[in-house]
Amino acid sequence: MKINNKKLTHLKKLEAESIHIMREVVAEFDNPGMLYSVGKDSSVMLHLAQKAFFPAPPPFPLAHVDTTWKFKEMIAFRDRRAKEVGMELFVHINQEGKDMGVSPFTHGSAMHTDIMKTQGLRQALDKYQFDAVFGGARRDEEKSRAKERIYSFRDKNHRWDPKNQRPELWDTYNGRHQKGESIRVFPLSNWTELDIWQYIYLENIKIPDLYFAKERPVVEYGGTKIMVDDDRMPEELRKTAKMEKVRFRTLGCYPLTGAVASNAETLPEIIQEMLLTKVSERQGRLIDHDESGSMEKKKIEGYF
Amino acid sequence: MAVEQNTLIESDIEAYLNQHENKELLRFITCGSVDDGKSTLIGRLLHDSKMIFEDQLAAINKDSKKHGTTGETVDLALLVDGLQSEREQGITIDVAYRFFATDKRKFIIADTPGHEQYTRNMATGASTADLSIILIDARHGVQTQTKRHSYISNLLGINNIVIAVNKMDLVDFSEARFNEIKEEYNAFATELGIENPIFIPVSALTGDNVVTASENMAWFSGPPLMELLDTIPLTDMTDLEHFRLPVQYVNRPHLDFRGFCGSIAAGTIQKGDAITVLPSFKTSTVKQVIQPASSLEEMEVDSAFAPMAVTLTMEDEIDISRGDMIVKSSDIPEMADALEVMLVWMDEKAMKPNSDYLIKRATNVITGRFTQIDHKVNINTLEKHDANLLELNEIAQCQLSLNRMISFDPYTSIKGTGSFIVIDKYTNATLAAGMILRKLEGDSSLKNQRVYSDFEKELNALVRTQFPEWQCKSIDEL
Repeated sequence: MKINNKKLTHLKKLEAESIHIMREVVAEFDNPGMLYSVGKDSSVMLHLAQKAFFPAPPPFPLAHVDTTWKFKEMIAFRDRRAKEVGMELFVHINQEGKDMGVSPFTHGSAMHTDIMKTQGLRQALDKYQFDAVFGGARRDEEKSRAKERIYSFRDKNHRWDPKNQRPELWDTYNGRHQKGESIRVFPLSNWTELDIWQYIYLENIKIPDLYFAKERPVVEYGGTKIMVDDDRMPEELRKTAKMEKVRFRTLGCYPLTGAVASNAETLPEIIQEMLLTKVSERQGRLIDHDESGSMEKKKIEGYF
Repeated sequence: MAVEQNTLIESDIEAYLNQHENKELLRFITCGSVDDGKSTLIGRLLHDSKMIFEDQLAAINKDSKKHGTTGETVDLALLVDGLQSEREQGITIDVAYRFFATDKRKFIIADTPGHEQYTRNMATGASTADLSIILIDARHGVQTQTKRHSYISNLLGINNIVIAVNKMDLVDFSEARFNEIKEEYNAFATELGIENPIFIPVSALTGDNVVTASENMAWFSGPPLMELLDTIPLTDMTDLEHFRLPVQYVNRPHLDFRGFCGSIAAGTIQKGDAITVLPSFKTSTVKQVIQPASSLEEMEVDSAFAPMAVTLTMEDEIDISRGDMIVKSSDIPEMADALEVMLVWMDEKAMKPNSDYLIKRATNVITGRFTQIDHKVNINTLEKHDANLLELNEIAQCQLSLNRMISFDPYTSIKGTGSFIVIDKYTNATLAAGMILRKLEGDSSLKNQRVYSDFEKELNALVRTQFPEWQCKSIDEL
């Protein structure tokens, strides 16, 4: 990106803000970690971390909460990226949930998400004892996110108290906490979906292929199309699979991630499609729709 | 119309992306009191600029029936009232951030609550804003909250003030009423030192003068709100003259590299510039200016400017750590450990003079205390009062005494080096926002702090050991 007349474009301003946040965390916390979810936002966050500490690798580990139901391609991408960047990668699976055989198909999205994702995340945070955790959430994603601070305080039980957030002024962040408490840090708070895509395009950031349209085997499930990623999908459902040209606007657990019919095979095409579409990004996610205010509730319980 | 056009997106996405890449960022705050229609105004901006997706609209259609206050029509305010707890009460509690873009600019709105008890949240939103939209209900005119919002916007250094006179539909779109309010506000603005506020008559509910020019108010010759936001010259308040780099982090990946990272608070820096490190006054020369980069080839640049996040390396091996300030040797800022400041108190627990607090200013965290409240400001009347305590949402001019010298600039010159937050040493809560006015002449920290003799210290120790039930304080803790 070019720099003209001592004025930064909005993307350069956002980049500077995110880097400022990351450096501040590394300077002030004992044991920060980055929650890496493999998606496009995580990819941007990782790229910014590289830039913030270059020529050193980012001085903290990546952590991934593996629900065991992520797309296979996401897992391969995750392992490859961590190696390339030279960062340590911690992977946590809720073993209890795995032993119980928790599945989005049999237990439903709410229970699966609660056990494998929310509880899995809490276990991971207890295990790794991070005092600050970077997350890739953006304020434009969802209503309760719009009110979250960049430094979001969590008590010993990882709970968020929306009515009692610390005032956050200028770029002066208060990261002080007692032992056991922690701060979730959202360096991408002020980025929008378009900013993320544009930055990926300009900076040539690697993202999983699942974002690009391709012929993939999909089935109708829960009012949307999902991809057949392995044979844990019930057989009667798998039998209905058809090859369709689809892509994903967000990435998560494959049974909970709706595919959209698309011809977008390049980044400009993806951006074009995104701008012309009339449906917001989170629609593809089955977990927010249970009831209004459901994200607020999940966040209070410790969800990211 | 200023709204983002879909045509370029469809016909030439690369050209569109190029345009979007070069957009300016405008951050603004919206303030109004309960029932001024602020949420409706923002909902209208987002809705009419086509930033609302179909599924979101469907969700609010459903919610309108449950919580809405507009009867049959879709309640646009529900687009922006986020939290369940807020919807139940029908008011906004916390700052919410919203985003939209036009052909020229990208906008971040800090939607702040209007009620007096949320003054702290308004200050939070105002701290990062370039422009403030203050709503006035056309039926009620200038209210005490209008004054409060104006005062805080001004205090936090927002130079562009837009007065949106809302609910014009309820006063028959009357030009006379609009002019009356304008006059009333101007009288007050002059007193505050607000220069050239901009007035727009609108109706958020009907959309008049929000995105499209109002047919009902042909007498108004100015642009509608959206066009104004799109075209108002951005008086960039970033100081590019006085270089200040608060050192955030020292990057030492190996023995041959020692980079000093930070976000430039003001000014510009070039390779070869002579610098001084404060407060140690050690000097060196800039060897490399490093921009955010992910490869060695693109890492070095000749110069950098505020508000870039950079890394500097020096020709000499000198000791520089987090909390230090790098400045140009030709332009050294003032140093002080006693300052006159403005404080916005944000905690239920009142500020007590001479209690110890943590002061975080840029990358410094220093113990300090407020030795005196010069005066408290009644922001509804602008009257000044004496005070012994500073309570939640109150604003005062105080004297701050720090345990260490810092280099600083007045807030009105450089925000990054002239602002601070106050943190509770024990609960870690953020207690207040502070803005440095000037150095306190004659060093009050000594004036107000009594110096005890050795005899007095011994007596104190004796009392503490012999009569613990008196609960006598140690002199060292005073």
